[in-house]
Amino acid sequence: MLEIKNLAYVAGEKGVLDGLSLSIEASEVHALLGTNGTGKSTLAYLIMGCEGYRPGSGDIIFENTVINDLKIHERAGLGITMAWQEPVRFEGISVRDYLTLKTKDADPSPYVEMAGLNPELYLHRMVDKALSGGERKRIELASILALNPKLAILDEPDSGIDMLSTQDIINVITAFKKNGSSVLLITHREEIALMADTASQLCRGKIVCSGSPVNVAEYYKARKCLVCKGEVCAYV
Amino acid sequence: MSDLDALMKALGESGGDQAILANSEIAHLAVSGHKILSMRDVEGLEVEAKEIPQGISAKVTVRAGVKIKNPVHLCFGILHKKGTQKIKMDVKLEKDSSAHFIAHCIFPKAEKVKHIMDAVIDIGENAEMKYSETHYHGLYGGIEVIPKAVVKVGKDGRYLADFTLTTGRVGRLNMDYSVDAGENAVTELTARVFGHADDEIKIKEKVVLSGENSKGLIKTRVALEDDAKAEVTGITEGNAAGSRGHVDCMEIVKDRAVAKAIPIVNVTNALAKVTHEAAIGSVDKRQVETLMAHGLTPEEATDIIVRGVLK
Repeated sequence: MLEIKNLAYVAGEKGVLDGLSLSIEASEVHALLGTNGTGKSTLAYLIMGCEGYRPGSGDIIFENTVINDLKIHERAGLGITMAWQEPVRFEGISVRDYLTLKTKDADPSPYVEMAGLNPELYLHRMVDKALSGGERKRIELASILALNPKLAILDEPDSGIDMLSTQDIINVITAFKKNGSSVLLITHREEIALMADTASQLCRGKIVCSGSPVNVAEYYKARKCLVCKGEVCAYV
Repeated sequence: MSDLDALMKALGESGGDQAILANSEIAHLAVSGHKILSMRDVEGLEVEAKEIPQGISAKVTVRAGVKIKNPVHLCFGILHKKGTQKIKMDVKLEKDSSAHFIAHCIFPKAEKVKHIMDAVIDIGENAEMKYSETHYHGLYGGIEVIPKAVVKVGKDGRYLADFTLTTGRVGRLNMDYSVDAGENAVTELTARVFGHADDEIKIKEKVVLSGENSKGLIKTRVALEDDAKAEVTGITEGNAAGSRGHVDCMEIVKDRAVAKAIPIVNVTNALAKVTHEAAIGSVDKRQVETLMAHGLTPEEATDIIVRGVLK
């Protein structure tokens, strides 16, 4: 479904991604591990097509089409979407409206429940600063579920363990699996990575290890990375 | 079509509920130009209105202890292309009373129209007044609107005002509201305006926290596009112990629009606290990208964000 070939990306003088290649099959949950600053979020922004994130070289191929130059909404139209690590807030937009942006008549309640919130208490609330960080993240995950995407990019849905319990994230990922969505799951938490079908470790802009989540997590913890020789890949 | 029918038709077209006129339990005052077309009061609410040169003068009193159940509707309009309308309002809410006034200001064909509102509002002890003012100025921009209000809120009183001009053109708006809040009084002023073309918007809102433990909030939301201009001045004075005030101004600019925010905070009592925040800029990129990732075009995303801010 998603194939990334020799992707390179430079920010200013700094090379962030360097010849990165990665494949995700249909209905596959793929965990991406790596320490801070190794390029995980940059990869997510490149796949989603965020402003300022275009490949220096290499290709991003989705369902056999090169999408390097497509805008975000065009990629969303193909079935790609993303939950940012720190979702933004919106004044004057209710949770119900946010979850039905493209499908006004749909009932968003099941998605709110899947994200661990009571629809009766949340659908009328605004997606603004009155929501706590954890509530906002759950609403974002619910909104991504409601889109029923072909590929969901989840950028550290577990960041701040106090904000979102592990089980809720696992429930959401299970729901994506059940719906047949592919997931690129950026995470630091081993227990969440282990529920993926496959995993990769990213270090200094390269994939240094791919395979079963168990093996990749062990590799990551053992600091076997040959790119940084254990200098960067301290297990977090 | 009678003037009243025409005014009600314009009210309906601008999103108002025409049925308010027929309901005997709902008080109203309907004015077209300088003519009083219809008026009804309800028990505990007294309205004395008279026509004056180029407008009307009205004295509205809510008697002590009376809670007016249904909102009181005030319909002011000029349905012709040209004209001037002056509205002088003297509103008094006596002790322990409450009322919600909804003002519909309708100028759908304005090409050279001037609307001047001059209100004096006195809110008694433990009384509460909500005032919602919605404007529709049509699509031509040929209107000058000058609303001015001087409000005094007594001990334990509440004044919650909401000014909305988000549909159609603004023309030239020069708003000046001033509130003096007594002991334990609560004041909230909210203004939402969307400027287009060469609209010019000036908003000045002032809350003086004179009484101990009084509270005030000035919240302004302005969106501008094309060549529109706005200047928003939010003034809060904390003059009494325990008084708390906040000024919150957000202006979104597009195209060649120009926005200015002037938050003024003046504290004369060491036990008072007043804060302010002002944000002016284009639509937040991350907000747009988030909505685009949900499948909206950049234009659709921007529209939803702006409408949300003005809601």
